[in-house]
Amino acid sequence: MSSEKGSEQKKLMVSPAPHLHAKRSTRKIMFLVCLALLLPTTGGVYYFGIYTLFVVLVSVVTCVLTEFAAKMLRKREFVMDGSAVVTGMLLALVLPPRIPLWAVVIGAAFSIAIVKEAFGGLGYNIFNPALAGRAFLSVSFAGPMTNWIAPVSSPMGMDSVTTATPLSESFVNTGSTHELYLDLFLGDIGGCIGETSVLLILIGGIILLATGVIKWRIPGVFIGTVFLLTWLIPGEDPIFHILAGGLFLGAFFMATDYVTAPLTDRGQFIFAAGAGVLVVMIRLYGSMPEGVAYSILLMNAFTPLIDRYARPKPYGYAPPEKLEAKEEGNKDDKPKEERPEQKESKGEKTKGENLEQKESKGEKPRMRS
Amino acid sequence: MKKVFENLKNGLIKSNPVLVLALGLCPTLAVSTSIDNALGMTAAVLFVLISSNIVVSLIRNYTPNRVRIAVFIVIIATLVTIVDLTMQAFLPELSENLGIFIPLIVVNCIILGRAEAFASKNTPLNSTADALGMGMGFGIAIVIISFFRQVLGTGELSVFDREIFQAPGLTDNPMAIFILPMGAFLVIGVLLALLRYTGVIPNE
Repeated sequence: MSSEKGSEQKKLMVSPAPHLHAKRSTRKIMFLVCLALLLPTTGGVYYFGIYTLFVVLVSVVTCVLTEFAAKMLRKREFVMDGSAVVTGMLLALVLPPRIPLWAVVIGAAFSIAIVKEAFGGLGYNIFNPALAGRAFLSVSFAGPMTNWIAPVSSPMGMDSVTTATPLSESFVNTGSTHELYLDLFLGDIGGCIGETSVLLILIGGIILLATGVIKWRIPGVFIGTVFLLTWLIPGEDPIFHILAGGLFLGAFFMATDYVTAPLTDRGQFIFAAGAGVLVVMIRLYGSMPEGVAYSILLMNAFTPLIDRYARPKPYGYAPPEKLEAKEEGNKDDKPKEERPEQKESKGEKTKGENLEQKESKGEKPRMRS
Repeated sequence: MKKVFENLKNGLIKSNPVLVLALGLCPTLAVSTSIDNALGMTAAVLFVLISSNIVVSLIRNYTPNRVRIAVFIVIIATLVTIVDLTMQAFLPELSENLGIFIPLIVVNCIILGRAEAFASKNTPLNSTADALGMGMGFGIAIVIISFFRQVLGTGELSVFDREIFQAPGLTDNPMAIFILPMGAFLVIGVLLALLRYTGVIPNE
């Protein structure tokens, strides 16, 4: 048995360039994200009581169990890479603080079974599982999903007072604007479990930025677009708009998802700017008070298209028609150099391969009514 | 006679128009919100499919090849008009629920597809058997889908105003997503996956 294994390892490995090896494994990256997510989770427990801790735990456990069951059903090996834990935490953080636990179970199972595993598992899912799970829950259970409470007086208590979230129309600011900004920044205000405290999310985000897990481009452009647009639209308060709602959580932890965001720098710029425009559109002109989740999901759907459009040009590459024109004018022009495409090496190798596969396959057009 | 029976059986499971051929998905997804609608749609499709298959089969030797599609459409459109007006006269409520999807039967892939692929090449008896099988196959699929959508989306099952059961827990918090079009896609996707996984329908 061991000799067989040895000979298998000696086989010549053939893989397309670039031969870059990421230092970090998926597990390590997911561990770092989990660590960063613990901050907003702590904030949620502090502001909305110990019940929210159960929400997070139930969500994480359901996600991991569903992933295990799905892998068994698909007869694949179950790898504890931590992505299910991250999905579970993210899902819990974008749920209202007093969501019934059965709804958490349904949402978490949906996130993993339908949104992630049905599409092929980690690296193949089109939509961010946690956000799609949230969208599923908010369409299914409108009542429990809009039950917002004010921050509780003591974290151990179960009492709660219903309140309006800052973005809803019925929200009335009782204090001064500066007090409101401070409340929004610290998280002492109604909202989802993990989205209220901008400060804690920011610390978590900086940890991820510093360790290189995420880059500044997506969160920076996303938040910047929202700020710029609300600043340009008269009668809107840009600082309020970036602090309120789930913008920071979405920008740092959801939009930066390797699997569902574009690969190239230019693509990420388009992705984040598009999401920012959509957030402002939904908040100001849509029927819903908040639109971070839907805007990211919508841009997730555009990601393959963006990836195709924002593909980096190989060095020395000229489009065929330009090359022809050039050759006609100047015959001793240097021949076209070809270089392999540059790719981001952040562990999304599977995604890149997947994209290429899709392209090469070519779908058969079929008429249907 | 054996062949007639084969043709009848063919549409039920082996080449079920919705679950295997993936034809006629538009009406399947749109009207499967309740079992009432599903049954009404099945009745309409069955009538149009059987009649059109018989007529197309009867005139198959006189139809010039070049204009055959136009001929099929005229036949089907006539039959659909009959169904539409009859339904409006006697079942106004059902007609209102099904709405545009009754006139749209004219361009239903299953009916046009069977006319083109089967009835225009086979005897009236075989065509009738094929239409019956395909129509029932459509009915089976749409009723199964509407069963799940109605139970999950409203928490109760009632057929023609007669309540059959209430799902405990679901009645207080029905999962409204299953009444919406998204739910239709979810149900048919999961259903197809399950049927393929268990081997009820052939895996390609």
